[in-house]
Order: sequence, then C-alpha cells, then structure tokens
Amino acid sequence: MAWLDTIIQGILLGGLYALFAAGLSLVFGIMRLVNLAHGDLIVLAAFLILMLVSALGLNPFAAALVAMPAMFAIGWALQFFLLNRTLGTDILPPLLVTFGLSIVIQNGLLEGFSADSRRISIGGLESASVALGPISVGVMPLLTLASAIAVIIGLNQLFYRTSLGRAFRATSDDPVTAGLMGIQPKRIFATATGIAMVVVTIAALYLGTRANFDPTIGPARLIYAFEAVIIGGLGSLWGTLAGGIVIGIAQTFGAAINPEWQILAGHLAFLLVLLVRPRGLFPRAVD
Amino acid sequence: MALLETKNLTARYGDFQALFGVDIALDQGETIAIIGANGAGKTTLMRSIAGILANLPDAVLFDGAEIGALPAPDIVARGIAMVPEGRKLFPSLSVEENLLIGRYGRAVEGYWRLDTVYDLFPILKERRHNPGTALSGGQQQMVAIGRALMSNPRVLLCDEISLGLAPVVIRDIYAAFPRIRQAGASIVVVEQDIGQALKVADRVYCMMEGRITLSGTPAVLTREKIHGAYFGVA
Repeated sequence: MAWLDTIIQGILLGGLYALFAAGLSLVFGIMRLVNLAHGDLIVLAAFLILMLVSALGLNPFAAALVAMPAMFAIGWALQFFLLNRTLGTDILPPLLVTFGLSIVIQNGLLEGFSADSRRISIGGLESASVALGPISVGVMPLLTLASAIAVIIGLNQLFYRTSLGRAFRATSDDPVTAGLMGIQPKRIFATATGIAMVVVTIAALYLGTRANFDPTIGPARLIYAFEAVIIGGLGSLWGTLAGGIVIGIAQTFGAAINPEWQILAGHLAFLLVLLVRPRGLFPRAVD
Repeated sequence: MALLETKNLTARYGDFQALFGVDIALDQGETIAIIGANGAGKTTLMRSIAGILANLPDAVLFDGAEIGALPAPDIVARGIAMVPEGRKLFPSLSVEENLLIGRYGRAVEGYWRLDTVYDLFPILKERRHNPGTALSGGQQQMVAIGRALMSNPRVLLCDEISLGLAPVVIRDIYAAFPRIRQAGASIVVVEQDIGQALKVADRVYCMMEGRITLSGTPAVLTREKIHGAYFGVA
C-alpha cells in the first residue's frame, strides 16, 4: 500500500502547488501578464499573516482573513499604478518590472524580518491526522487541497456566473471594444490582480504553516506555480489544479525513491509533459 | 440645438491626418447616414465620437456638453453606444452574455432589456447559449446591435453593419430600425451601400478624403451629385 500512500500524499501536496499557481493563472489568463514576483508576493503575505499572529495573537486562519483585504488593496494598487503602465504589445516590460519587483520585495523583507526562517504555528492541528482506510492523512494537507479546490470552484463561478467575470473575459478578448461597453480595462485589470492577491494570501497561510519560510524562498514557489500553470494549459483553472497535482505526485514519488530526488522529479515531470503535450493538458487559450 | 454635433473635428494617426474639420449634426429622433468610399474617414469619425480616439473637448458636443476628450466608457455612460465595424463580438462570451455586457456596471432604465432585444431578433433567443462567434454573420450583427441597444442609448452609432452580408440579411437587419427609432434612439449609420443609406436616412452626409463633400436629404441628392462627392469626379 506504500504506493497508494505516496499518490495520496502527492495529490495533497499538489493542492499547495495549485494554490501557488491559481493567482498566477488568473492574472495571466486575463491580461497575459507573467508576474515574476508572484512567489515573493506569497512570501510577503506569509510574513503579513505571521505579523498579525504574533502582534495581535490572532489564530492563523483569522489572521489570513484579516490579511486578505490588505493584500487585495496591495494587488489593486500594484496593478493600477505600476503594472498597467507596462502592458502593451511588447512582452518584455512586464517581465523586467516584475523581476525587479521580486528583488525589491525580497530585500524589503530581509530588511524588515531578517534572514531567519520562520513558521506560523497552528498548535495541535499541525500534527493532527485522520485515517482514510489503511492510510493516515494529515489534517492540514487535507485542508490545503480542499482550499485549492474551493478556490478553483470559486474563481470559476466568478468567471462564468457573474457580471464581473463577464467583464474579465470580455476585457481579455478585446480591451478596446470592452471600453465601448462602459468597461474600464485598467480597473478590471486592477481588480483581477487584487483577487489574485486574495488567493495568494490563502496560499501563504498553507505555505507558512506547512514548513519554514524566509524572505528568499519566493522564486522557487514561482517555479512550481509556473510549472503547474504550464502543465495544466494556459488559461484553464482546473488544468492548473491538475498541473499542481502532477508536480505533487512526481515529487512524492521522487522522494519515495530517494529523498534527494524530490525536487528534481517534479521538474522532470514538467519537462515530460512539455515534450508530450507542449500546450499543456487542458489548453483553453487559443492564441 | 442638435443632439449630437461635431465641430471642426480633426483626427490623425501619427503623421497621417484622417479627418480635416468635419462638421455633422444629428437632431433628436433623426437618422443620418454617412457614406463614402473606403478610406474616406467614416470609421475614424465614428471612433472619434465613441471616444476610442481622443479629440479636443469642444470638437464633439452631446446635448450641449463638450465630450470630445472623454474616453469610451464615459461616452457610453452618457448615452452614445456604438456597433463597431466588424461586429467585434467577444468570443469568450455566449450570445446572452454578449448582450448583457452591453449594460455592464450600470443600472440602465429604458425600453431595451434582454426580452425586448430577443423580441426584436427572435433567432438570438434560440441561440442564446451559443458562443457569440458561432453564429452566422447576420446573426452576429444582430448580437452586436442588440448589445449596443442594451445600454438604452440616446444615440446609436452603426458602423458598416451591412458589410459582407447577403442582401436579404441586410434587409432583415434594417427592418429592425423603425422599432429602434420608435424606442427613442437617434441613429447614425455609416454605409457603403448608397441605396440603403438613402432609404433609411432622413439626411445623408457624403465624405471623401477626410472631409464632408456633400450633405442633404435623400430627396435632393441625385445619383450624379453623390457620384461626384463620392469619387471626386463631377
């Protein structure tokens, strides 16, 4: 039964990667913007939650709820005042600016919180587990996957059931014609990045409670997120969940063979998918 | 006073000047047609009024207010909606969603709602869950018109709505115009089809090379006059 256990642990780990990736996927899907600071924004949100927990003595889940509107505001302002200026026919400016932003956030966090590694403590929940038949599953990994699924369902509902979602899709199709409908593309983009930052806050909660983090680990989270988005196929949120799970399973299998192979196995799985399905498993975007 | 007016409107794309002091006026309840050959500046004129191209504030007057420098979302909020050339439906949206996006973010009062648009173009109700771009050209044009109507505009700008459509389909689409007028919209149509323009419009403007070369009611405009204003040979 060891292999079944490995698969289940991999799926649960995939939930975390899907959470890392969902915000990235959302922003890319709407405005074709690759945010290279995405991983660092997750770490920033983790420090924000940590600060709320230690300064106000809040429960980490409550702290994440408090952090969400703050992160939404940061994302909105970031997009409206900075990133909107970089959007255009040239794809280089947004990459350069978000790369710079990544460095700024890392160094800002180093200055403010030092290079010590931290962890958000959630008391007994950390080690709690439930038995699923013969397999024992951690409560937090289970919550992580459940949150990832809830986030994907929520974003899909937002996209396909609401007036704001229609505006997202219309603006993504054609910003000029969207303007003729009374939509202000710059505000729509700012709202989208704000929502992505709410998802980032949820990802940060599980990042910070699962393992240690420090100001420099953002770029590695970005790589996982990026791979999950590409494996799933650009523009598909369910594909992003699938992509996260593929990386998660590959990593746990790699680790089961040899702990040194965990990270490598995830990247190899990514390369393998790219070789077989260059457009990802569930491509939606046609351009 | 005219409902919508352009005064000495100029427009340029970089070094290329597309409009040279265009003056047109649209009265309440009126339908005007703008005709002219390709490249005469008709679409540029529409895009300038709709706010896609920015102008001097006093180059466009709507209900007495200077709207020339306002961006597109503000123009539609004031009551000028455009059916863009080439229809420009949103491929990610269904027919019904394309219609609904026409009144995005505003509480719009007035005659045009989903059910009245479906009543005007019944085929759209049948196909309301299809992607907008899966429809025939004529049906897509109906969606584009319906989408603009959903904002209950006081002025409806129609840019080349018969382009690429079969004559019988064009007739169906223009058959909707009396009801659109009756519901309170004043209309500007841009047409390459002179016969169609003369039929639908109260007054006609003819454009050539970025200037108005002729205007008048269909009754006084002879084929010869139009021909001269259209091609620059008289």
